Amino acid sequence: MDFELMLKVYPFFLEAAWLTILLSVLTAILGLTCGALGAAARLSRFRTLRFIGAAYVSVIRGTPALIQLFILYFGGPQIGIQLDAFEAGVIGLGVNAGAYMTETIRGAIIAIDKGQGEAARTLGLSQWQAMYKVILPQSARLMIRPLGVNINALIKATALVAAISVVELTYTAQRYIGSTYKPFEMFLLAGILYMIIIYVAGRGIAWLDRKAQIT
Amino acid sequence: MGLDFSIVPKYMDVILLGCAWTIGITVAAALLSFFGGIVFAVIALYGPWLLRQPFRLFAWLFMGTPLLLQLFLIYFGLVQIGIDLPAFVAGIIGLGLHFAVYNSELIQTAILAVDKGQMEAARTLGLSRGEALRKVVIPQAVRAVLPPIGNNMIALLKDSALVSVIGVSELTLSAQRVIGKTYRPFEFYLLAAACYYVINLGMEWVQRRIERRISISR
Repeated sequence: MDFELMLKVYPFFLEAAWLTILLSVLTAILGLTCGALGAAARLSRFRTLRFIGAAYVSVIRGTPALIQLFILYFGGPQIGIQLDAFEAGVIGLGVNAGAYMTETIRGAIIAIDKGQGEAARTLGLSQWQAMYKVILPQSARLMIRPLGVNINALIKATALVAAISVVELTYTAQRYIGSTYKPFEMFLLAGILYMIIIYVAGRGIAWLDRKAQIT
Repeated sequence: MGLDFSIVPKYMDVILLGCAWTIGITVAAALLSFFGGIVFAVIALYGPWLLRQPFRLFAWLFMGTPLLLQLFLIYFGLVQIGIDLPAFVAGIIGLGLHFAVYNSELIQTAILAVDKGQMEAARTLGLSRGEALRKVVIPQAVRAVLPPIGNNMIALLKDSALVSVIGVSELTLSAQRVIGKTYRPFEFYLLAAACYYVINLGMEWVQRRIERRISISR
């Protein structure tokens, strides 16, 4: 173990960790948006929307995220979509995470007893009101934990953008493995930083979950 | 530069060879992760302290870091200690160990959920502890968690694309090589995605068949 080397390169890893955090946050925001839209589409009254939602989930979950990133980043210019690596990373990973979150959110919504919606309708609430005032507040509580699992996976998936050369943690580790031939030390450095990020995110989600359960 | 799919058939053989490699690597890694998962679960639950603690650390490290990083560690790290594995072997080991850790979590819960009476009855009948585990408890536990293990295997198929990064000529890298020659990334990555999707459907079909067979004998 070469601790001296680890101390020397550690500032670069820290800088890369910030980029990983930024990527994770943006991806999570986009993923939640896509997930909410996807769930709305899958639960819609309209057949076309339901089909689009189901196709989105099936295609995205049925193919590797790496390939999706490559199509977007390398193939995009061919159909007029010009993105830099970071943008492609956020959009690709966000749309990917959104497909998994669609199922999480949909699951939490259909887990609410049917009687709740029916009772709300009987009391004179419209379909929308019943959704917003009765069903969603209850299912929001159910979805925090499983969305946390999605976010945990998403943080680890940000490593994929190393393949389109975004200088985040994994790319940095890879570069230093190449130049120092000390794979174990570099793995440990990057690994510790990933664990810290995932730990903090996990605590945040646990806190949110606790807050939501009080009422 | 628009899209032109007419060039695809010419390179179909390269892509199909890539598919074969992807399937081979996935099956090998899936088997490793399945049996590895059982071994890890037994170590985590019944292993001596000296084995259990290092394993905990290992599992914690593997679940908390990205697979891509682990592949780099295994591929380049083993060279550092003098073991020069071919890239595809390193890829199978990396994928297999990563998913073995996840499978072991599932199997551990399932082993704990098997009725205590099963172990007690087996011991009463004269089986040793190891035999009772191997012949009575583990088969029941594994059967109970086959559906989620199947989901892990489908995730494994998709993550097998990552081994392209350490230079294994599976589907993703084959597509990349063809793109290097043709400069047609959209067409060939889309083709690769379609291939993964089809393999995925095939795996889901196999999964359903296995689950049905097992539920009949219940």
